[in-house]
Amino acid sequence: MAEEILRLERVCKAYNVGLPSETEVLHDIDLRLNRGQFLALTGPSGSGKSTLLNIVGLLDRPTSGRLFIKGQDTGLLGDAAITRLRGHTIGFVFQDHHLISAFTAQENVMMPLLVDRGFPGADIAARAGDLMERVGLVKVAGNLAANMSGGQQQRVAIARALAMGPDLVLADEPTGNLDTKSADSVFELMRQVNRESGTSFLMVTHNLDLARRCDRIIDVVDGRINS
Amino acid sequence: MNRWLPFEWIAAVRFLREGRMQTLFIVTGIGIGVGVIVFMSALLTGLQANFLKRVLTSQPQIQLLPPDQIARPLRNGLGEFESAIVQRPSQRTISIDQWPKIRDRMLADPEVTVVSPTMSGSALAVRGDANRAIAISGVEPASYFKIVKIPDYIVAGEARLTSDDIIIGTELAKDLGANLGDKLRVQAASGSAVVLKITGVVDLGNKGPNERNTYVALRTAQSLLGTIGGVTTIDLTVRDIYAAETVAARIQASNTVQADSWIKTNAQFFTAINAQQTSNTLIRVFVALSVAFGIAAVLVVSVIQRSKDIGILRAMGASRGQVLRVFLIQGGLLGFVGALAGSLVGVAGLVYWHSIVKQADGSELFPLVFERSLFVVTAILATLTGLLAAMFPALRAAKLDPVEAIRG
Ligand SMILES: Nc1ncnc2c1ncn2[C@@H]1O[C@H](COP(=O)(O)OP(=O)(O)OP(=O)(O)O)[C@@H](O)[C@H]1O
Ligand SMILES: [Mg+2]
Repeated sequence: MAEEILRLERVCKAYNVGLPSETEVLHDIDLRLNRGQFLALTGPSGSGKSTLLNIVGLLDRPTSGRLFIKGQDTGLLGDAAITRLRGHTIGFVFQDHHLISAFTAQENVMMPLLVDRGFPGADIAARAGDLMERVGLVKVAGNLAANMSGGQQQRVAIARALAMGPDLVLADEPTGNLDTKSADSVFELMRQVNRESGTSFLMVTHNLDLARRCDRIIDVVDGRINS
Repeated sequence: MNRWLPFEWIAAVRFLREGRMQTLFIVTGIGIGVGVIVFMSALLTGLQANFLKRVLTSQPQIQLLPPDQIARPLRNGLGEFESAIVQRPSQRTISIDQWPKIRDRMLADPEVTVVSPTMSGSALAVRGDANRAIAISGVEPASYFKIVKIPDYIVAGEARLTSDDIIIGTELAKDLGANLGDKLRVQAASGSAVVLKITGVVDLGNKGPNERNTYVALRTAQSLLGTIGGVTTIDLTVRDIYAAETVAARIQASNTVQADSWIKTNAQFFTAINAQQTSNTLIRVFVALSVAFGIAAVLVVSVIQRSKDIGILRAMGASRGQVLRVFLIQGGLLGFVGALAGSLVGVAGLVYWHSIVKQADGSELFPLVFERSLFVVTAILATLTGLLAAMFPALRAAKLDPVEAIRG
């Protein structure tokens, strides 16, 4: 049996709890993801895909239900432990690249390591350099985010998500802002990383063509998994 | 990236550098405020130092006088006032009782550094048709010149006082048309007179003293004023000039003399200094407040502008503490860099002011005194102000919900 990276048990999420406007947007989600799997998350707008990703990414907590990361019940962890677990096991790629504009591309890739270690050692710069090479951006490593194309920015964001050697990368519409060709190559990059390093991916996408090229499609409709 | 800087410092510096205009404007603002503080403080210190130097080289720090002769209301046998209004008697030239004994006691006092008996009185200086009322100080040059630095103020001749010599002020010399080496007839109220040779001309820095003050040997003054062997004052300097008042009080309590310290005789000066220091403190407080609000305002805006960056940093594992420190450091840095800029502004202002503002005679109004402590304390206070001001925005940054922050 493959190693389990992520498991959700009857996860519910409600917003504005206790207010008249309280709405439950995720209902009893059960989900399991193993090492090396590349999952696509699809579904209509407002169905709760981003909400689910935020919970899996430990950026938000479920209202009820349990979330296990590599077998650990995250409901038992405090804020600081959650932050540390997030930094070490999960990488994020968003629709917007969210590169920090005050830093160059390569420095952005160094950032998670810098945050973790506290100091920018030579090994950190070297690792960031390797990652820049892996995403094919050695030439623009010294550029600021503003001086790169959308596809390049997204590649830097992927390199950054991989900096800590995460077990799981969460990508929320990573190709949503890109033209078909760039979208394709960004997706292929993730697929390649997934195959070469065994990193698991959970990717939200509206692009059915890309979704079909994943290991599995999970369709979310009205806060429920429809499969 | 500097390999030796921790993450928080790197991020803080980058964020400040990227926010060019904001950073530049707030640093300029802080610089102006701090510059005013530095300028005012150094100017005040300089003026004070100048005044102190002037006072302490032209006056004794403590002067011992015969006790005041006090008039009492006249009463009749029943104890009722017959005449309740009393006039102070004019103080005659009286010698200090048993002054050699008091002088010896002063010489033995460890707080006292120089003791100099003086005989003063008034007289008339006559030269040809011209005559002027003068104040005569009969002094022992060896000790007196250590208290009042006459030799430093000599503009012609020398500070020599044998029994036939007199040192006069520049204005008096002009009024009498007298030159160095000329003879001067000095006549006391009693009618006795001596002829003295002008051996020195001094500039005491003020017109009044330059017109009136003259210095002769102690013996000369004693015989002229008809008080052989007497002195009217004993002048002292003390080890700690700021303790002069307590020392004076102690001397007065244990001797039959009146002891006036320079602190008492220059009470006005100290009142003025106190008033200036109070207003200086107020200015500091208000400048610190406006610096604090300026920094807080800039950082509050910066936190809003950077909420996406904060969100992504939190997502990649940055703790609330790290985010908090990134913004605290920015506040501290703004304060510190502002203080540096302000010190430059203040010093430049002082140097310029010093070069254009002069006393009537062209000499400097105040010495340029730059105490290192002023700059160090200013830098520390400005940095602390910056840190404090950054507290509120930094807490807001640390509390940002990453989900909200990333969604923008
Ligand atoms: N902070 C919030 N407070 C209240 N309601 C929210 C909040 N965030 C999301 N929602 C609601 O939750 C539901 C799910 O939103 P979510 O962003 O997860 O949808 P999504 O599937 O990602 O949609 P899209 O494809 O458009 O990105 C929506 O109805 C949304 O309005
Ligand atoms: Mg979404």
